[in-house]
Amino acid sequence: MPNQTQPQHPVQRERKKVPFRGGGFKPRPIRFVAPFVFLVLVLFWEFGSQTGFISNLVLPAPSEAFHAFMDLYNSGLLWKHVSTSLYRLVFGWCIGTALGILVGLLIGLFSLARASLLPLTSAFFPIPKIALLPLFIIWFGIGEGSKVATILFGTFFPTVIATYGGVDNVERGLIRMGQSFGMSRFSIVRKIILPGALPAILSGARISASIAIILLVAAEMIGAEYGIGAYVLMAGSLFATDQLIVGVAMLSILGLCVSWLIGRTEKALLNWRG
Amino acid sequence: MQISIENLSHCYGAIDVLSNVNLTFNPGEIAVIIGPSGCGKSTLLRLMGGLEEPCQGAAYIAGQVPEGSLNPLTYIFQDFALLPWRSVAGNISLVLEDHKLSKRESEAIINDVLTRTNLSEFHDALPRQLSGGMKQRVAIARALAVRPAFLLMDEPLSALDSQTRELLMDDLVELWAREKFSACYVTHNLGEAVRLGHKVIVLSRRPGQVRDVVEIRIPLEERRERSAELEDVQQQLWQMMREEALAADRELADA
Repeated sequence: MPNQTQPQHPVQRERKKVPFRGGGFKPRPIRFVAPFVFLVLVLFWEFGSQTGFISNLVLPAPSEAFHAFMDLYNSGLLWKHVSTSLYRLVFGWCIGTALGILVGLLIGLFSLARASLLPLTSAFFPIPKIALLPLFIIWFGIGEGSKVATILFGTFFPTVIATYGGVDNVERGLIRMGQSFGMSRFSIVRKIILPGALPAILSGARISASIAIILLVAAEMIGAEYGIGAYVLMAGSLFATDQLIVGVAMLSILGLCVSWLIGRTEKALLNWRG
Repeated sequence: MQISIENLSHCYGAIDVLSNVNLTFNPGEIAVIIGPSGCGKSTLLRLMGGLEEPCQGAAYIAGQVPEGSLNPLTYIFQDFALLPWRSVAGNISLVLEDHKLSKRESEAIINDVLTRTNLSEFHDALPRQLSGGMKQRVAIARALAVRPAFLLMDEPLSALDSQTRELLMDDLVELWAREKFSACYVTHNLGEAVRLGHKVIVLSRRPGQVRDVVEIRIPLEERRERSAELEDVQQQLWQMMREEALAADRELADA
């Protein structure tokens, strides 16, 4: 039976490779692209200003902004502005976040707290805290109090929402495991629920930190002598656009630093996610 | 120590899950509960260990709790329930931390249970680094750490592939031969039931009732070789379960 060893369908000569159609949809980090893009943009901007392609009235050249920055540095006021702003930001954000985590935990854990505080949170969250600034000034004084309070309230509500969402998403199986081993309620909250909610709390912190910077400037625009916001406001009212650019750039760098810090915290605390 | 369930019924809202269950679990033996899906076998286990409250009747503990037992009724879960942010040792220490043990004592317990389950080299590994079988071994080690009087095992092998399941079954048999632990083992897998059970409790479909209790007298250690005899038992169990499973399968989930 010689036929049996022969394939019934002979291999066809004419053939095509199966076209590849998978892959993609998976962005990966590429180093040095971000600074390069930034550098190209600034160089283009400087070049445009030098050649008159970009009018100085429309946008001051980066070199002018740099001079303004050096002026600010030499006047000795740079650190005064930055430290004042940092103090308000850190103070307001820390207290707002701490209170937010506490209230978020209460909402996540207790039915009564959820029934009473959650509607309140939903009602207060969308109110622009800037609109309340005059009230805050009456309540907490024109000094630091009203500015810190604005940031505090601004960071409090997003943190509450992130925290109780995180608590809700902790696997019920893990909590049941804790109960089945006779762990106390406090231990379950501290060792199972809090670490389980931490990823959500940290991504909430990212959002609340950006909100805090926005509110910082808004609060400093009313009745502040020092601070980055006050500097920007002053520059704006004098139409000193080079100083304005310096102020805005400082805010942007502040935002980058905060984002980097939270990224480091995430890496340190959430390394178990791999 | 003995666990007895007396006239126990349970319902979720209008749905009766268990009705009038009477059972006794004796020390030193593995009782397997089988039944079609949704018959309330996992619920029964949760009621036994006090994770849920029955609507009627109760589960009782009779006799003295063995001395030194930190958590007499201890669960092993289908999904392992390991904390992903704690290492293997950390997961075991978690259940010891509420029991006022000195650091040295709890470390000794951790090392002891890790040795007994052949996990010593995974002391510092994180759960995500472990395979499913290893995760369940860690969960077993964690359960042994609190010196349980009764192990309540809720489909412990159902999340594993069949080869890992075989390996873990051998481990459990070996463990039982050494420690003669008492267990209530819930599964829907008849193969596991006849390999591990001294007695097999068959539940009917919802509302779960005890349909039959089958004793298997072949010693656990010999069951691997005497699979032909076990096959008969398994067939007998399957005949009992077949109709129930068929009917349960055709029920609407929220009817």
